[in-house]
Amino acid sequence: MDGEVIMSYLPLYGEAALLTVKLGVIGIVFAIIVGLFCSMIQYYKVPVVRRIVSVYIEISRNTPLLVQLFFIFYGLPRLGIPTDAETCGIAGLAFLGGSYMAEAFRSGLESVDKIQTESAYSLGMNRLQTMRYVILPQAMSVSIPAFVANVIFLLKETSVFSAISLMDLMFTAKDLMGMDHNTVECLFLLVSFYLLILLPISIVGTVVERRMRRAGFGN
Amino acid sequence: MSDELLKIDNLVKSFDGNTILDGVSLSVKKSEVVVIIGPSGCGKSTLLRCINALEPIQSGSITLDGEVIERNSKTLPALRQRIGMVFQSYDLFPHLSVLDNIVLAPCKVQKRNRDEAKQEAMALLERVGLSEKAKSYPRELSGGQKQRVAIVRALCMHPEILLFDEVTAALDPEMVREVLDVMLDLAKQGRTMLIVTHEMQFARAIADRIIFLDNGKIVEEAKPDEFFDNPKTERAKQFLNMFEFDSVKARDGLDK
Ligand SMILES: Nc1ncnc2c1ncn2[C@@H]1O[C@H](COP(=O)(O)OP(=O)(O)OP(=O)(O)O)[C@@H](O)[C@H]1O
Ligand SMILES: [Mg+2]
Repeated sequence: MDGEVIMSYLPLYGEAALLTVKLGVIGIVFAIIVGLFCSMIQYYKVPVVRRIVSVYIEISRNTPLLVQLFFIFYGLPRLGIPTDAETCGIAGLAFLGGSYMAEAFRSGLESVDKIQTESAYSLGMNRLQTMRYVILPQAMSVSIPAFVANVIFLLKETSVFSAISLMDLMFTAKDLMGMDHNTVECLFLLVSFYLLILLPISIVGTVVERRMRRAGFGN
Repeated sequence: MSDELLKIDNLVKSFDGNTILDGVSLSVKKSEVVVIIGPSGCGKSTLLRCINALEPIQSGSITLDGEVIERNSKTLPALRQRIGMVFQSYDLFPHLSVLDNIVLAPCKVQKRNRDEAKQEAMALLERVGLSEKAKSYPRELSGGQKQRVAIVRALCMHPEILLFDEVTAALDPEMVREVLDVMLDLAKQGRTMLIVTHEMQFARAIADRIIFLDNGKIVEEAKPDEFFDNPKTERAKQFLNMFEFDSVKARDGLDK
C-alpha cells in the first residue's frame, strides 16, 4: 500500500464522505418524520389513511433502494417534476427509511401498556398530552435499539447513490480505481471512511441502549 | 338534584352483545362515600370505567354536577380532571419519579405553577408517609407505596370525586392496611368517593351507603350496618356468606 497515494486521495474521499453524511443525515431526518407520522396513523388506527400507510410500508420494505431511486430519478421528471440528484438521494432514503422507522416506532408504541393511556386520560390529559408526556418517552426507550440499527442500515444504503451519479464514497472509489488502478489504496480508504462514519454511531447507540436498560423503563 | 354530584341514569353497557351493566342507576352526593360490592365479573370495574368514559356505553347517561360525561366530547378532558381515579393494577408512569408522576398533570393540564404544584405534592406525600420517596422511581416502591402515590397523584388534581377500583386487590396482605388507612383518612376529610372493594370490614367502616351489584344490576342498596347484618336479598346473603364461611371455619369450624 502506498502512503503517498493514500494521502493524495484523502481530500477527495473527505469530500465524498461529507456528501454521504450530509445526504444520509438529511434523508434520515425525513425518514424519522415519515416514520413518526406512519406509526401514529397505525397506532391510532386512523381509518383509510391506515390502509394507505400499510401499502406504502410494504412497497418500501420489499423493493431495493436502487429501484426506488431509479423511480424517483428517472420517473419524476417524466411526470414533470424536476429533480436533482441530491434531492433524489434524500427522497429515496426517506422513502426507504420511513417504513423502517415506522416499524421501529410502532413496536415501541405498542409495548406501552394500555393502562398508561387510561391513567393519563383519567388525569384529564388529552390525546396529544398523553402521547407526548406518557407514551412517547416510554415507547422511545423500547424503540432505540431498532432505531440505531435503522440509522446504520440507512447510512450503508447510501452506497447505491453512486448509481444516480452522486459523488459519494462509493462513486469516488470506483472513479479513482478506474482512473489510476490503485485498487488496494482505494478500497482501503473506502472501508476506512465507512467505518469512520458508522463505528461511532454504533458505539453511541450501544451506550445509550445500556443506559436505557439500566434505567429500567417499561418495567 | 342540588347535592347529587354524580348521577348515573339507566346505564346499559355491553361487550360484543353481552350485556354487562343492565340499567344501572345510582347517584353519589357531595361528601358521600359509596361502596360497591359484588361477585367477580359482575361489572364493578366496568361501571367505574364508564364513569370516566374509558368505555363506550350503549344507553343511559352519566352526569357530574349536571354535565354529561360523554366519549369524544370536547368537555371530556375537563370533566375527567374533576374525577380522580385509582386502578387496581399499578398505573404510575414508570419513566417519571414519584414527584414528577404527581405534578405532571397539574402542570401540563391545569397549567399550574410547577413549584406550587411540587409544594402541594410534597405536603400530600408527607400525609401518606412517603415524603422521603419523592425522588424515587415507581420500580423502587412496594405495591402499597405505589398505590399511595397513585392516590396522591389523583388528589393533586383537586378532584371533586374519587373512584377507587379494588386498589388493594393486587397487594400483599401486610400492605393492604396502609392503603386503606389513607382512604379512611380521605373519608374523614369529607371527600366524595365511590369505592369498589372486596374488603368487607373496610367497606363497613368507610361507607355511608353500600351498593350490591350482581349480574349487571343493582340488587340491593342500604346503609352498611343494615346491609351486613340484615341483607334483604337472597343473592346478597349468599355473597356475604362466602366471606363468613372462611372466617367461621378458621375460628372453630362448628356452626356455619
Ligand atoms: N374489554 C372487554 N371486552 C369484553 N368483555 C369484557 C371486557 N372488560 C370486561 N369484560 C367482561 O365484563 C364483565 C364484567 O367485568 P368487570 O371487570 O367489570 O367485573 P368486576 O366486577 O370488576 O370483576 P372483578 O371483581 O373480578 O374485578 C366480565 O364478564 C368481563 O369478562
Ligand atoms: Mg374489577
